[in-house]
Amino acid sequence: MNTKIDVKNVDLFYGDFKALKNINMSFKEKEITALIGPSGCGKSTLLKSINRMNDLVEGCRVTGSITLDGKDVYKDVDVTELRKRVGMVFQKPNPFPMSIYDNVAYGPRTHGIRKKSALDELVEQSLKGAAIWDECKDRLKKSALGLSGGQQQRLCIARALAVHPEVILMDEPTSALDPISTLKIEDLMSELKEQYTVIIVTHNMQQAARISDKTAFFLLGELIEMGDTEEIFSNPKEQKTEEYITGRFG
Amino acid sequence: MTRTSFDKELNALHGELVKMGALVEDAIAKSVKALEPGGRYLAEEAIAADRQVDDLERSIEARCLRLLLRQQPVAKDLRAISTAIKMITDMERIGDQAADIADLALREESGSISELAHHIPEMARIAVVMVSEAVGSFVSVDLENARRIIAMDDKIDHLFEVVKTELIGILKEQSARADEVINAMMIAKYLERIGDHAVNICEWVEFYETGIHKQTRIL
Repeated sequence: MNTKIDVKNVDLFYGDFKALKNINMSFKEKEITALIGPSGCGKSTLLKSINRMNDLVEGCRVTGSITLDGKDVYKDVDVTELRKRVGMVFQKPNPFPMSIYDNVAYGPRTHGIRKKSALDELVEQSLKGAAIWDECKDRLKKSALGLSGGQQQRLCIARALAVHPEVILMDEPTSALDPISTLKIEDLMSELKEQYTVIIVTHNMQQAARISDKTAFFLLGELIEMGDTEEIFSNPKEQKTEEYITGRFG
Repeated sequence: MTRTSFDKELNALHGELVKMGALVEDAIAKSVKALEPGGRYLAEEAIAADRQVDDLERSIEARCLRLLLRQQPVAKDLRAISTAIKMITDMERIGDQAADIADLALREESGSISELAHHIPEMARIAVVMVSEAVGSFVSVDLENARRIIAMDDKIDHLFEVVKTELIGILKEQSARADEVINAMMIAKYLERIGDHAVNICEWVEFYETGIHKQTRIL
């Protein structure tokens, strides 16, 4: 597998606070990488720095480099283009207060697609890709807010897919969902990795073990260990990783 | 429908168990046929099969541990994987016993053992059926069939007693054939033990379905 994203010597500051300390890691194409660690360890910060969501945070400063296909996302890539290529799904489903169809068509319309037949096809493809087409094909013009939490989250994934991203960032995408909706999203992620590079932040270590190819463990802004998920959960090299995954941390 | 990748893994696990079952059945049949005139080459094949069985045991064991680690199975899924881990231990022992029979076949003059103990092919036939049906009962979750197989063990035990009595008679009258008699006795004992291993597998099938193993609820 080729490296899709390369993180080199990255430090990230919120004002004076150093939230990420000399992070070096790479994300392979068409793999799922899980970022785990206790609250405040920097895993979400790293995720958001990949598509520059931290630009919106006042006083946030990044040093080092994060490259997407070899190009520095902070220097060589336009931020709108970057967010088209690197989609994001958040912890709480956040559909727009509009119809299911318009939610999915929103991104493509922003990028200039106007033709109805093209939009129809994109909406159908994206909803199918997010495994929610069958549940909403007869109510596309109804409000997205009428969907269940799990359906809303899959709709948000469809919305991300509609602009044909290459990478999907997921920030605790199932923590607000019931177990069945969670398993549906997990099944969906296994399908998504056939086409996309997926990076997921999760507090649920069992989830990381179930779905990811690689796992990275963060603690106090440092990357403690990264490796094959089976290796991390069976024979971690670092004592701190062992203590965290076995619940003996602290 | 959720957990599709887990279900695929469980199906693959079933496939490997069936393959291991088929290998040991074949090894039993070959090891006993190797006792007949002109059958020595089959002994080599049964011994080679044992190495394949050992490899498959490792691979199934690794798959089961990986599933425990990654899928955190509960309820029947958890019992399926623990049953598989138990079953392969019995199947590996069956493979060893078939190889032991084959090893004795190589040491003996062709045909001498089957001439001494003519119930051995019948014991082997029953053993093969028991092993095949025991693994089949797990895959199709057929508790009734598993119980029927457990009952079949009485036939093998009975034949073992018949063979033992006959061999004791021969030993009394022809002490010069003591080596052959002892080898024939060992082969009969291996086949009787194979029946016991098939029973063990069936008992784990009952656990898989009910959580009860030999009348005791263990999960």
